[in-house]
Amino acid sequence: MSELDPERVAEQIAQSDQINEPVATSEVGRPRKRKEDARLLTGRTQWTDNLSRPGMLHVMFLRSPMAHARITGIDVSGARGLPGVVAAFSGQDFAAEQGSLPCAWPVSEDIVIPDHPPMAVSEVRYVGEAVACVVATDRYRAADALEAIEVDYEPLPAVLDMNEALSPDSPKVHEAGNKAFSAKINSGDLDAAFRDAAVVIDRTYIQQRLIPSAMEPRAVLADTDGEAFTLWSATQIPHVLRVMLAVVTGIPEHKIRVIAPDVGGGFGSKLQVTAEEVLCLLLARKLGKPVKWNESRSEGNLTVHHGRDQIQHIRLAADADGRVRGLQVNLLADMGAYLMLVTPGVPMLGAAMFNAIYKWDAYEFGCTGVFTTKMPTDAYRGAGRPEATFGIERVMDELAAELKMDPVEVRRRNWIKHEEFPYTTISGLTYDSGNYEAATEKAMSMFGYDKLRAEQADRRDRGDPVQLGIGVSTYTEMCGLAPSRMLGEANYGAGGWEHGAVRMLPTGKVEVITGTSPHGQGHVTSWSQIVADALGVPFDDVTVLHGDTAIAHKGMDTYGSRSLVVGGIAVLKACDKVKDKARKLAAHLLECSPDDLEFDAGAFKVRGTDSQKTIQELAYSAFTAHALPEGVEARLDSEATFDPENYSFPHGTHLCAVEVDTETGMVRIRSYVAVDDVGKVVNPLIVEGQVHGGIAQGVAQALYEEAVYDSEGNLLTTTMADYLLPSAADLPDFTLDRTESPATSNPLGVKGVGEAGTIASTPAVVNAIVDALRPHGISDVQMPCTPERVWRALEGVRP
Amino acid sequence: MPRITVTVDGIQYEEDVEPRLLLVHLLRERLGKTGTPVGCDTSNCGACTVMLDGKSVKSCSVLAVQADGCDIVTIEGLGANGSMHPMQRAFHEEHALQCGYCTPGMVMAAIDLLRDDPEPSEETIRQGLEGNLCRCTGYCNIVRAVRRGAQEMGQAVSTS
Repeated sequence: MSELDPERVAEQIAQSDQINEPVATSEVGRPRKRKEDARLLTGRTQWTDNLSRPGMLHVMFLRSPMAHARITGIDVSGARGLPGVVAAFSGQDFAAEQGSLPCAWPVSEDIVIPDHPPMAVSEVRYVGEAVACVVATDRYRAADALEAIEVDYEPLPAVLDMNEALSPDSPKVHEAGNKAFSAKINSGDLDAAFRDAAVVIDRTYIQQRLIPSAMEPRAVLADTDGEAFTLWSATQIPHVLRVMLAVVTGIPEHKIRVIAPDVGGGFGSKLQVTAEEVLCLLLARKLGKPVKWNESRSEGNLTVHHGRDQIQHIRLAADADGRVRGLQVNLLADMGAYLMLVTPGVPMLGAAMFNAIYKWDAYEFGCTGVFTTKMPTDAYRGAGRPEATFGIERVMDELAAELKMDPVEVRRRNWIKHEEFPYTTISGLTYDSGNYEAATEKAMSMFGYDKLRAEQADRRDRGDPVQLGIGVSTYTEMCGLAPSRMLGEANYGAGGWEHGAVRMLPTGKVEVITGTSPHGQGHVTSWSQIVADALGVPFDDVTVLHGDTAIAHKGMDTYGSRSLVVGGIAVLKACDKVKDKARKLAAHLLECSPDDLEFDAGAFKVRGTDSQKTIQELAYSAFTAHALPEGVEARLDSEATFDPENYSFPHGTHLCAVEVDTETGMVRIRSYVAVDDVGKVVNPLIVEGQVHGGIAQGVAQALYEEAVYDSEGNLLTTTMADYLLPSAADLPDFTLDRTESPATSNPLGVKGVGEAGTIASTPAVVNAIVDALRPHGISDVQMPCTPERVWRALEGVRP
Repeated sequence: MPRITVTVDGIQYEEDVEPRLLLVHLLRERLGKTGTPVGCDTSNCGACTVMLDGKSVKSCSVLAVQADGCDIVTIEGLGANGSMHPMQRAFHEEHALQCGYCTPGMVMAAIDLLRDDPEPSEETIRQGLEGNLCRCTGYCNIVRAVRRGAQEMGQAVSTS
């Protein structure tokens, strides 16, 4: 056993890369293995909870055991004298300074944004809300001391069911009532569409509440030198967080530095401005000491924002030949107890996605956000788009069943044809590119669609207790969040641009600074590939810095499958500016006109001669500044922001075959084929990994996961023993391929891939289960489709 | 306070510990072995898996006092002669990690399952890793990495 030699490790990584990859002319498109891996594989990580500061204290929070109650008394004095305890506070101690946690997306005129104190002062509205804290020399002492805090609660009625919450005699979560907002979007003549329709499908689906469950629990460390503050946090959004911390606490923005070090997954759950981040900052200020909080998983299941939780009422009108005429959607969306950063925006992101890849004459979307005494919901992988995709893809299958048509054929009759792009949909978005025919054809061929249908018919004929079901999901989504102009139209509180900077170092190496904040996506590797091509430098000569507001001083962070589509392009644009500067310098040094130079393979060459200057030589010349032309400064460094003109629209066809044991209700995924079109691909290895993980999370919603509250508003699924995250044994392998329709809204033609798998896979799996059981008279199974639920569905219709 | 002696990644430590101190907290907070992360509090996720006398354990479900006299290997001590372990290399080659938080435990569990079956089938690998959760990869590439790691470890044995 010995300590690892970093140079040896780097050598091994470099060797393995050489051995396994053919020589490529272009870095973009190459399956580069990740630069990030060595550190993560050898335990030299910088998770927030790994960090330590001299004199660091630990905070733990006492949390409400009641879903809804008035705090009538709270006494922290019992904790104060205990060994190791430095301080104990209740909400009252923060009341004057803690502000209100922000909601950045007031989606409608009628929206109610209730005050959201980071620590409850007079009333608690969900189980897990912080009511007091102890700061101690270590976490064991802090945990002990929490026991000594006394809180008196006067119980108030829990509000748990969205439909009941909206009835006039329901108890109220907030004084203003339980309706957070309502919104409606209309396009076309819906009445006409339904009046003339040969078929009307009317269904209600429930998007169960999910717990995002990034593997790294949250952690926060705040420190101060008495004047300025540094906050390390397991966050996806260091830049947004910095602005919001300043707004919430009144600490001037330039006195706050936020660092997202290594972050262990997010899936939207770390796209948040949390109570604990605000409170750690305030504790550092109160105590003048570094204060760290790390979340236990059971604390996290209670208090990391949840995802989904909608009731979808969908009506679809169609002609007898399967052509859809109109769609009407009415959503109830559970906000939970408060509106957090983008809580109300999540269901609204689905508004433009229910029409998916299809064309029809009329569309109406209505949404009501409802307060309940549960943990607030907010973005979870896909955020609004998986919900919408599930709804429409389920209903398209119902239409196919009603008309006794093949579900692929129904889709084919309604989808936007390849030659119709760019296409403006009924909800007003313009899809720039796509090829639904190609993706579907490829997926069906890989899947062996016809053969599986034959097997299905055979099993049905034989009355096989194990039935075969085939699920289709032809999804699209809007991502690459987002054109600032469109976000403004949607009343979102910020822009959707991204920033990138490129520093040419004197030795010719390249430092890239990105405003995106990766937490598993491999930006360091992909951005290195983009820069290597753009500047003609070796991949290994590029380093990428991110996640620290003092280094990456501008950024809009990572969510909504935006990083490559917006941030990667910002880096590319910064490279263009580096080359513009370098060209002027090269012309001066080579004594020619800039127009006489061509840039090729990392060098400016005078056309028709051997005379050239490499980008590295020019970086050094800029550094020495011995012979700079008039008006050229002593650096090639450049920065750029990119604001896309449109969303990007990945799409694809996912096909799932399940075997359902009609005697036990057990569902087994037999095969899963996904053909995705995410435009041009920078790193196919990373793209495949994103699709794998995305599909897994969507399958998990279909089969395994649900956050369950009891009738008193207690969360029952507080641990990983109760909330079933699938293990390797619970999931199949996925067979992937791609088609490639480049995006026209950015120069790389990329579309984003972070959420596509999750958006596509949930309806593919549930459609397959329902397809297997349809001969038994079953047209829906509520998610997660556990053996018990499937069995009960079968029992319900058995004679 | 009980005094324990443990060897961690080849170095011997003597520590006075509270009886309730978890092994993972001894490693992380007393010995600075932060390569081993904590992902849950019910021993479901396996992120904290280490080798204790050659067998994988979840270090959140072992008390430090129970490790008295034991030899512990963490992800930080897995390599030999300055090089990564073949399983670590295989995870890199197969892109079997994204955020990397589950990776230390996953690599440890993978090595442990090969003690019982040096040439495991996909099914065996999936069952063998049941106690280690990953939220990023969907496990596809982890399964591939374990197969590759097994092959390379097998070759290393046959040529040594």
